[in-house]
Amino acid sequence: MPLEEYPMSLAFDSINVGDALPSLALPPITRTMLALFAGASGDHNPIHIDIDFARRAGLPDVLAHGMLSMAWLGRLLTNWAPQRDLREFGVRFTTVTQVGERITCTGRVAKKVLRDGERLVQIEVKATNDAGEVKVAGDALIALR
Amino acid sequence: MIDRSHIGKEIAPHTAEVEAGRLRLFAKAIGETRPEYVDEVAAHAAGHPALPAPPTFALCLDLELPDPFKWITDMGVDIARVLHGGERFRYFAPIYAGDRVTVRSRVADILQKKSSGKAFVIKETEITNQHGVKVAEMRATIVVLES
Repeated sequence: MPLEEYPMSLAFDSINVGDALPSLALPPITRTMLALFAGASGDHNPIHIDIDFARRAGLPDVLAHGMLSMAWLGRLLTNWAPQRDLREFGVRFTTVTQVGERITCTGRVAKKVLRDGERLVQIEVKATNDAGEVKVAGDALIALR
Repeated sequence: MIDRSHIGKEIAPHTAEVEAGRLRLFAKAIGETRPEYVDEVAAHAAGHPALPAPPTFALCLDLELPDPFKWITDMGVDIARVLHGGERFRYFAPIYAGDRVTVRSRVADILQKKSSGKAFVIKETEITNQHGVKVAEMRATIVVLES
């Protein structure tokens, strides 16, 4: 398989606050995706995979794993810069995500900072549905040369 | 109401194997298409000694227990009343297929927000690899719906 290269332009001096990362559009969430993610991630909480359990808990349906959206935001970041340069990555899960919703991950350079002798960019990231509702929002710190 | 005396409580450490097949399954589950996450040859070409674990996989190692939610149900919390409020990772070194990691967690804080009927439980976790190198720290915010 060919190895995808990272853009040569990813140097600290050529990055500007406000620059957007290439967005990542995901297919609509299916129960299969949630079942696979439950098994792969080890989060077997039935609220994500068992509609009977979800209904007993007073919900109309299962909820998508917040960590699935965070993993997609992680892909947004590692599509842009190598993972070895990722220093921090944090999110808040602001709204629950339902089966059938289609998530798009976006990011932009919020700040350029120097810390412990490293040149870092702070990236603001968010996962939104088609209506523009923010499901997950957070930030990442990435070291650049 | 969660008893605040749980603050500072250490959760028994556990070890977990980072398996290549598990990383491939995780990559499939998140739709990962970059070859270095699924193909050893591509991983080597990208400078990795083995398949790397994607950024959020560290949390999966924390869940690698017979009952990963026991620490919170032991505090009298109903798992059906729990939401994941937030998660933050700090990375110090890569995690690779073949690693054997040790996971240590503690209950860092419990905040009651009576007005909203919610409690927030903060869990801090540290992961070290088989060489004794700290690879990641995590801070989880768990929301407990109390009313």
